[in-house]
Amino acid sequence: MQSWIPLVPESASTVSSKVDAIYFYLSGVTLFFTLLISAILVFFVVRYRRRSPYEIPRPIAGSHKLETLWTIIPFVIAMTIFGWSARVYFEQYRPPQNAMEVYVVGKQWMWKIQHSTGQREINELHVPVGRKIKLIMTTEDVIHDFFVPAFRMKADVVPGKYTTEWFEATKTGTYHLFCAEYCGMNHSGMIGQVIVMEPREFDNWLTGNLSNTTPAVAGQQLFQSLGCVSCHGANGEGGRGPTLAGLYGKQTRLAGGETVVADESYLRESILNPQAKLVEGFGPIMPTFQGQVSEDQVMQLLAFIKSLQVTNPQQSAPAASPTSTRATTQATPRPNPK
Amino acid sequence: MRAIEAFEPPPPSKVNYINAQYGLKSWLLTKDHKRIALLYLGSITFFFFIGGLYALMIRLELLTPQGDLLQSTTYNKVFTQHGIIMIFFFLIPSIPATLGNFLVPMMIGAKDLAFPRVNLLSWYIYMLGGVITIYALLAGGVDTGWTFYTPFSTTFSNSYVVATGLGIFVNGFSSILTGLNFIVTIHTMRAPGMTWFRLPLFIWSHYATSLIMILGTPVVAITILLLAFERVARVGIFDPALGGDPILFQHLFWFYSHPAVYIMVLPSMGVVSELIANFSRKNIFGYKFVAFSSLAIAVFGFLVWGHHLFVTSQSVYAGMIFSFLSFAVAIPSAIKVFNWTATLFKSSISYDTPMLYALGFIGLFTIGGMTGLFLASLATDVHLSDTYFVVAHFHYIMVGGALMGYLGGLHYWWPKISGRMYPEGWGRFAALVIFVGFNLTFLPQFVAGYLGMPRRYHAYPPEFQVFNVLSTAGASILGFGMLIPAIYLVWSMRYGKHAEANPWHLPGLEWRTQSPPPTENFEHTPIVDWEAYEFAPPEEMEVVGRFRRELETA
Repeated sequence: MQSWIPLVPESASTVSSKVDAIYFYLSGVTLFFTLLISAILVFFVVRYRRRSPYEIPRPIAGSHKLETLWTIIPFVIAMTIFGWSARVYFEQYRPPQNAMEVYVVGKQWMWKIQHSTGQREINELHVPVGRKIKLIMTTEDVIHDFFVPAFRMKADVVPGKYTTEWFEATKTGTYHLFCAEYCGMNHSGMIGQVIVMEPREFDNWLTGNLSNTTPAVAGQQLFQSLGCVSCHGANGEGGRGPTLAGLYGKQTRLAGGETVVADESYLRESILNPQAKLVEGFGPIMPTFQGQVSEDQVMQLLAFIKSLQVTNPQQSAPAASPTSTRATTQATPRPNPK
Repeated sequence: MRAIEAFEPPPPSKVNYINAQYGLKSWLLTKDHKRIALLYLGSITFFFFIGGLYALMIRLELLTPQGDLLQSTTYNKVFTQHGIIMIFFFLIPSIPATLGNFLVPMMIGAKDLAFPRVNLLSWYIYMLGGVITIYALLAGGVDTGWTFYTPFSTTFSNSYVVATGLGIFVNGFSSILTGLNFIVTIHTMRAPGMTWFRLPLFIWSHYATSLIMILGTPVVAITILLLAFERVARVGIFDPALGGDPILFQHLFWFYSHPAVYIMVLPSMGVVSELIANFSRKNIFGYKFVAFSSLAIAVFGFLVWGHHLFVTSQSVYAGMIFSFLSFAVAIPSAIKVFNWTATLFKSSISYDTPMLYALGFIGLFTIGGMTGLFLASLATDVHLSDTYFVVAHFHYIMVGGALMGYLGGLHYWWPKISGRMYPEGWGRFAALVIFVGFNLTFLPQFVAGYLGMPRRYHAYPPEFQVFNVLSTAGASILGFGMLIPAIYLVWSMRYGKHAEANPWHLPGLEWRTQSPPPTENFEHTPIVDWEAYEFAPPEEMEVVGRFRRELETA
């Protein structure tokens, strides 16, 4: 613990110092104007105090020059903050392409986390330092919010869709993880830790927490047991249903002539509500899996679909051997949309 | 002013609105806007102290990091009910329904509001909404947060969501009726000579507020109705399992609830304009800019709701537009602050209690407004959203702004309303205590928020304790400070010095009739041939004829 009360939380991600810079700028502007107004008020209040009950000061109508001045100056200052802050915001909310993906499911009142190599954690997230991490998040019940003050990042976790959050930790250590969106009885207990480790330590941690199945393998098993194979093919090569191999991240033409990007949210919707956006050329024959698969399972199916490659379907089924995940922290290669 | 106060005015022998009739029935069936204002004053004060008790419980719980005083379910209900009571049953009606009700007709030289019966109806609707809400609280309370976010409120909460929602739904109609009444009154019932630009700025701000009330309140009514349908009948508007969108609720909710912030603060700005001008005997610098900035706030206020959704996965481009508009809406507020300050230049300032509140308002509202920029700014909002920084910011607007204006206005017009003077020494003392207590409560929360303490937390990591101890200490001082006016104002109704017609020696129409006013406000319909805030020496002020001076342009 520090002996002095801190005014700024620990700064441990690539964006946190950028957010701090805007914060300091804003604090400076706030302090300046608050002190300016207060100083003028105090000066006027003392200087122009009423000296006789009968004094009537001369009226002053106003001044267009001054009005223009104190409209334009605040506006210009406001726009500098706006522009600067918007730029950083785009960086905060646009996940980079080559990020390591981690699945997060919020649930009253815990965080369930699964790495793409299969390791599961609850209320803890282990990540390597210096690596871009992309969280793909949803919730089984109400809205939650994944908030890591040290990373200056938060994003709501919304039922019925995926939201994403990304960060790149710059400092090893243990940081608070808070649920920032009020979620009921034990909201303040829905807290945990983000543990940032050296890459080597992280790999050791992964090995020490080996899981039998990666999400992609579990997804493949589900793909068979739920009968998806009968229409989409064992390796997603398609049939009565659209081809899944290589689908992730691609533009897809719908029956109505529109196109959508086959991202996580679209794939999720197509599993739970297949009639919502039919692919061109296919009939509304797929049943809904709403209520039959949990959020965890949907994520596993997604991991499987993402792992399917278009060129070589025979080998695209995810490597089943858990030991092969050891070498790399990014286990499921997926086609690069470029 | 000492020389003038030496004359002890005779007790009013005349008939006034208070002693014109006696008996409970004469109050409950009154059509007099002044009596209805008093009915509202009593009711909102009642709700204010309930809301205050909840605040006390929150602060006591947060004194220690562990959740030890209240259970988490109780704590969740306490902060929810603090918000609901304070916002819907105190802040929104506070100035419009009491001071506005009393003064809008008097300041424009009218006998009453345009629809006196509708005015009484609005109070009954308010009371009905209040009774339903109190029932919901006694039956078991509600734990959704005052924001009622779905799907927690529709599917997961086991509390009295529909009953509370009904209370707020009903209460909304009293707001709509009050707004409607003000707009029609201001358009049609101004005394001869009372042109639009001779209106006191209090009237302009109430006009702008009324626009928001009639345009915004129906939206929250619809939203609550949809929420109730969803909860009872599972129709699938907000529930993703049924094809709905939980974020849609937030859009609908904030479409009203952000403008509602301006319902709370605009009337207060109107009061402050009156106080600044009248206690410095100076016409408001840039009258038209201050008047039109109220309208600008009312209009732009409807276009910024999306800044509550920067972290909800709203499109980044939508976020950018809402951020831009939120910065834009700050400008009219800044214009007001600069004009109030400039008004004091070469003026004659007295240090009476209402002026202390007005000066406090300017300082606190500046902090509240400037910290709003941190939340309008996208990147910082990502970090600050749903932390104590937000809590501190909106309390600076709602308590530092709206409540300070209300207290200042209540003291200023108290002689007119009650016919008695409040004790000036106690008034200044209480204003000081409230100012210190308020800042001690909420300044530390800005820091706790940036450090990452989330709001609505029943227990919190121990490193945040120091800020919470300061906050709780401040809240105790603030609570004590609030009790002082409650006591001396009640005391003054019986024992206060009798007030003259115009104890502050001011030109406004409300001061040109006896205190308290007669039921019909003025003996004769006044004819206005002076500009707003046109001051004359006190001895001239008694005469309707006044000094006309050339306005000096700076």
